[in-house]
Amino acid sequence: MSETLLQIENLSVNYGHVTALIDASLEAKKGQIVSIIGSNGAGKTTLIKAILGEIKHSGKIEFTDLKYEKAQDLKIGYVPQHFNIEKNTPVSVYDMFAGYISRTPVFFRKSRKVYDFIKGRLRIFDAQDLIDKRVCDLSGGEMQRVLLAIAVTPIPNLLLLDEPVSGIDKNGMELFYKNIQMLKEKFDLAMIVVSHDFEFVRKYADYVILLDKTILKEGSFEEVSKSEDFQTIFGRDYNEYTL
Amino acid sequence: MNILYDIMEKILPFSWIEYNFMKNALLAVIIITPLFGILGTMIVNNRMAFFSDALGHSALTGIVLGALLGIADTDISMIIYAVIFAVLLNHIKRKKTLSTDTLISVFSSFSMAMGLVILSKGGNFAKYSSLLVGDILSITAREIGLLCLIFILTILYWFFGFNKLNSVALNISLAKSKNIKSNIVETSFCILMAVIVMLSIKWIGILIINALLTLPAAAGRNISSNMREYHLFSILISIFSGITGLVLSFYLGTATGPTVVIIAASIFFITLILGTLKNR
Repeated sequence: MSETLLQIENLSVNYGHVTALIDASLEAKKGQIVSIIGSNGAGKTTLIKAILGEIKHSGKIEFTDLKYEKAQDLKIGYVPQHFNIEKNTPVSVYDMFAGYISRTPVFFRKSRKVYDFIKGRLRIFDAQDLIDKRVCDLSGGEMQRVLLAIAVTPIPNLLLLDEPVSGIDKNGMELFYKNIQMLKEKFDLAMIVVSHDFEFVRKYADYVILLDKTILKEGSFEEVSKSEDFQTIFGRDYNEYTL
Repeated sequence: MNILYDIMEKILPFSWIEYNFMKNALLAVIIITPLFGILGTMIVNNRMAFFSDALGHSALTGIVLGALLGIADTDISMIIYAVIFAVLLNHIKRKKTLSTDTLISVFSSFSMAMGLVILSKGGNFAKYSSLLVGDILSITAREIGLLCLIFILTILYWFFGFNKLNSVALNISLAKSKNIKSNIVETSFCILMAVIVMLSIKWIGILIINALLTLPAAAGRNISSNMREYHLFSILISIFSGITGLVLSFYLGTATGPTVVIIAASIFFITLILGTLKNR
């Protein structure tokens, strides 16, 4: 059996009087891709942000490392749903990347060592040529590859991807799928992926969770997509639109 | 200090340097302008221009409150008030109940109005009106020393905290996922900003301090493609505008602060055109 990395029990989140998430329980195992699907406003991003510790919640979120038999804070990689950056912002990919991993202040000098290291990490996603580009000039697909490289540096135990294929063209998507597959094989990590893309979910997700404020249905994509709730939310003919 | 004066007279063969007030003003400009150039980079990147403006407006209230409470050195009450103001404002901003610009506008006008009401009641308005425009020519050696101290502190903060500050500015969720304590980063930056604005407001004035904080960085941003260029241009433009403005104002008999702002704004427009041409 693979090890459980993340255990969530009875998670609820309220924004003032608005309830965003009620009583959600799930777990993520090493080497597994858990995919979260649901309509807009179903609480998918809320769930991700709760795991990141960014919003107040009730219930339990526990990271467990069975090696030491105790709960501990694991390394989390995160790719946000939106990365808004103003036009003309003078931040290069190097500046952004080095900011997370290096002590050398990026305004002062470019460290050769850090530069080469970052280039190596970007190469995993075929993004090494973007290192001197301004972040605000990247296309959606380029941005995503850079963000993925940042998310897996240092290699996390848990990777959270929030709608990673929004705003990306067909080629970019195929490259992205290849990358996910590669991450799954190469690194020993658990992934939670919020996605609208059922082609991706069907092909890659080991476990699917249908969310609408609370967990309506979970299991394999086959099981979930046959459920009444799934068909109410996405319609019976979802295949025509998404595949 | 006298040694410094002698050196300045020797290396600068101009008539205006004979006046001690000009020497002091020049020293102050040489310290304040790079400081503002550095600070400005993150104020502009973080879209905090409104925030720093509100800070400037809170100066008056801090002084008036200090005077009311009978504090001998109103500079201290001004700094304390500004720090509380900045931390509180930042805290409420984080709650996201109101849009940031509305919130800052409310805070800023309330604070400014409070200061003005108390002043007008006591009939002391004229005494503090110089605070609006500022007067760099009246700076003393001791005050220059104080500026020097905050300059060193800022450099240290920038060297140890800049990467984190930049990460938080880029994307707060991503920064948090990398275990960066965004609250501490944001709050400490607000406090630093409050202290710097308060220590320089007397010399620069409430009305234009924000222009000096944001213009050089905004101009540098037009022509930079990474953080190193951004800082370099911002600092150079800031120092250049400061010194040219000071000397020009001496010969033209104009107020120093606004003269500096006009030069910095002109540079902004030039870089805007250059940047547009470059990116085409």
